[in-house]
Amino acid sequence: MTVAAEALAGRSARRRVRETVVTHVCLVIGVLIFAFPIYLALIGSTHTSGTIGRGDVPLLPGPDAVANYAQAWGIGGGRFMGVPAGGMLLNSLLMASLIAVGKIAISLTSAYAIAFFRFPGRMVFFWLIFITLMLPVEVRIIPTFQVMVSLGMTNSMAGLVIPLIASATATLLFRQFFLTIPDEYVEAAKIDGAGPVRFFFDVLLPLSRTNIAALFVILFIYGWNQYLWPLLIVNDRSLETIVVGLTKMIGSGDAQNEWNVIMATAVLAMVPPVGVVLLMQRWFVRGLTETEK
Amino acid sequence: MATLTLSGVRKSFGATAVLHGVDLAVRDGEMIVVVGASGCGKSTLLRIVAGLETATAGRVMIGDQDVTALEPADRDVAMVFQNYALYPHMSVFQNMAYGLKIRGLPKPEIIRRVDEAAALLDIGGLLDRKPRQLSGGQRQRVAMGRAIVREPKLFLFDEPLSNLDAKLRVQMRAEIRRLQKRLGVTSLFVTHDQVEAMTLGDRLVVMHAGHAAQIATPMEVWERPADTYVAGFIGSPAMNFLAATLEAGGAAARLADGLVLPFADGSRAGEAGRKLTLGIRPEHLRPQTGGLRVMVELVEPLGAESLLHGRLPDGAEMTVKLAGAVHADGVLEVMPIAEALHVFDGETGRRIEPLG
Repeated sequence: MTVAAEALAGRSARRRVRETVVTHVCLVIGVLIFAFPIYLALIGSTHTSGTIGRGDVPLLPGPDAVANYAQAWGIGGGRFMGVPAGGMLLNSLLMASLIAVGKIAISLTSAYAIAFFRFPGRMVFFWLIFITLMLPVEVRIIPTFQVMVSLGMTNSMAGLVIPLIASATATLLFRQFFLTIPDEYVEAAKIDGAGPVRFFFDVLLPLSRTNIAALFVILFIYGWNQYLWPLLIVNDRSLETIVVGLTKMIGSGDAQNEWNVIMATAVLAMVPPVGVVLLMQRWFVRGLTETEK
Repeated sequence: MATLTLSGVRKSFGATAVLHGVDLAVRDGEMIVVVGASGCGKSTLLRIVAGLETATAGRVMIGDQDVTALEPADRDVAMVFQNYALYPHMSVFQNMAYGLKIRGLPKPEIIRRVDEAAALLDIGGLLDRKPRQLSGGQRQRVAMGRAIVREPKLFLFDEPLSNLDAKLRVQMRAEIRRLQKRLGVTSLFVTHDQVEAMTLGDRLVVMHAGHAAQIATPMEVWERPADTYVAGFIGSPAMNFLAATLEAGGAAARLADGLVLPFADGSRAGEAGRKLTLGIRPEHLRPQTGGLRVMVELVEPLGAESLLHGRLPDGAEMTVKLAGAVHADGVLEVMPIAEALHVFDGETGRRIEPLG
């Protein structure tokens, strides 16, 4: 190797090292910012309420994890004593799953209609769905509440789930995906004698698998994180969801909060969404980045 | 097995007329190739036969049955698509069996038919694979297999070879022809490739601007093209066209530069001075002094023969195909073989047959 070439090789090696260091430093800073509050919650859930109540936040795990989690799971804590996290987690799990499955079912079928069939008013319906994108739950919450009251659906799982099921976003996503499916599949199915229903179940649904998985993850977390609507529609403590229940545990300051139990409940509240993401990660990433064709 | 009869098939998309009335009678077991440039309506014609488009007017008969109003599935046809349209999530077996499953055939019968077709196409070892694990040629075979297992009255091919590389295309072309002959199923094959058309078809339908310009055997189309469009489309390199006028008596044509070319096959009707277009295939020109003066611009040696591209003194383009390696520069004088001269009307472009 000549001197010049060696110098060049040395320079490019140094540049590579520098780039690696810079990117890693950036990533580590990012991870710290995101992870530190979670770490604090995790640590907080292993101390007694007295330790946290003194004001100096410990940074190392304490000895009381089992007791705290047992109390959170089975009894509850703070102002919200008597409502155990176990039941709330189950409620949340049910609600989030029903919302995700319902949204996917509704948007799959409506996207199927809009993308594959010509009927009068098709574009009108499409635009109506599109416009509702701009209306978040909060905007239509009063009329929706009124409707639910009139239907006598307050304080029920159905009342909790049904108003949140319609999904413009998912409908549009599926429509866009359906438009990328080559016409030849439709035509081949026609020649094979598959009617619209068969085509939907035999061809379209399997082709949408990765998209469905990705949307399930997103919509499950959307459902899990619902706060305002469950707060309004449910008074019955047996239907309380974990996200609402968690905030209700925190007092207004007249008594000391059982931060240790609250932290333990918060950690428990994070487990199912994290579980869903981890379980479906492979599908999720595939659904976002590629379509199986 | 069945015949296919199209009568007066028209198709318009809104105000745009794509097919202007096509009549065609396909005999039992015949392979008809519909050939034409893109946009001539050939794919639309095929899709109307398949039932994927509805004709604006006219009738489609398969055998004795009027299928004009039937759904594709009820027409008993099978189609091979340009991009094969194999369902990506199904295995080769499932792809081939899908249509049979829908028709409610018993499972042993489905397995028997798929195995038979797979053996015929030499894809027996691929039945468990997914389409994306197959090469282009294998996918092509599976698409064929899917058509064969249905044992349809009619095979429809929509440019099935155009996604293959050149070598595979030639191979599959021969294979499709062999299979079709062996199975004896009436077939309609759409292509834009004139070589495919010439080699595959019992008869050709040359489509031009929504009309069937000519329906005849490949050799007939080549030897006696019905008009200048067909003449220019079939044959490679394309036919040369020269403007000419009819000589008195109708036994010869006079070119613009005064050269008189006698007709070998008889005189043509018409007064002296009738406008003609003479068609001369590049391979029907021989070097001869006193002939057409071609100023050679480009020589393409192809090994066994050479293509010379040049211009006549009046600027008309001229292609000459000569045997062997030719080194020609400047001006080459060529003379058409009188027997191979094609005579067309100068205005309508229709072929003018000799009298008597």
